[in-house]
Amino acid sequence: MTESTGGIEMEEDMSGTVKKFAFINRKAPYGTIYALESLEVVLISAAFDQDVSLVFADDGVYQLKKGQATKAVGMKNFSPTYRALEGYDIEKLYVEKSSMEARGLTTDDLIVDVEVLDSAEMAALLEEQDVVLSF
Amino acid sequence: MGFEINGKTYETDEEGYLVNLAEWDEEAAKYLAIEEKVEMTESHWEVINFLREYYNDYQIAPAVRVLTKAIGKKLGPEKGNSKYLYELFPYGPAKQACKIAGLPKPTGCI
Amino acid sequence: MLHIVNKSPLERNALDSALRMIKPGSTILLIEDAVYAVTKGNKVESAVKEAMKTCTVSALWPDLEARGMQDTVIDGVKQVDYSGFVDLVADSSSVMSWL
Repeated sequence: MTESTGGIEMEEDMSGTVKKFAFINRKAPYGTIYALESLEVVLISAAFDQDVSLVFADDGVYQLKKGQATKAVGMKNFSPTYRALEGYDIEKLYVEKSSMEARGLTTDDLIVDVEVLDSAEMAALLEEQDVVLSF
Repeated sequence: MGFEINGKTYETDEEGYLVNLAEWDEEAAKYLAIEEKVEMTESHWEVINFLREYYNDYQIAPAVRVLTKAIGKKLGPEKGNSKYLYELFPYGPAKQACKIAGLPKPTGCI
Repeated sequence: MLHIVNKSPLERNALDSALRMIKPGSTILLIEDAVYAVTKGNKVESAVKEAMKTCTVSALWPDLEARGMQDTVIDGVKQVDYSGFVDLVADSSSVMSWL
């Protein structure tokens, strides 16, 4: 274990190679491990000072639903962690409009501020990425 | 693995981190600090309490960079720098402060 | 950009979502259970044909063959083998998997 994540050494190693990374979240939380795994990778990626975007589409929108309380199912509620992303300088969160609407949700139901994109805007966002990671 | 204080047992993992966050109390913190050879002062407690609060809010232990920034915001720039935090916790705020605060090892701390 | 789908369109919404969120000019590669999408008579046949107007739709023929669907492939669908799969990935600016 080192304390170097996000440190000066790493920034020097990575100098001049900022790429656009998109993390695509399309699964509901808890039913599978995808959502939590994605969040952990996102947090680690923050140490590399890349241009990171998070996309929530299909059931992935459910990851951001307010009011999650997992005590009775005996699992860790990781939804508060999405609110920590800002402190990690991960501020580009996008939700696909039709996915959100198909689930009867509005941005008021979400635990963090997001930018809502229609399908064509989402297509454009995906197209401009250097790396797309799906979860 | 674990330790015992006044009849209360605390379970730890192979690296000495508390397994159950809810078991943490000041006595455990004092014990863990001694193990880490950290002499707890008010400044140390300030960081420990900050970490506990951060974890309570976000359910993760912050990366060092994030901790530094957040402490600066809350406690002032003279404390929000790695020099200050490393003076308090010479082996690293992530390793030592999180351990004393009873938090898991920070994500991204490989 | 290359979009890869590997789930049956009748079991999962991956293909639906991919078709909704891809830019014209993209390539869609169907593999594993997703190859059922390019077979005649499948419920999504019309959606696939619609996508073929603006995108290239490819399918991995070893997966079609494995499922006994090699003779019912929609006309105009490009069939690729494993080395064709590799070429598609290598020639694409980026790749997205619709898990």
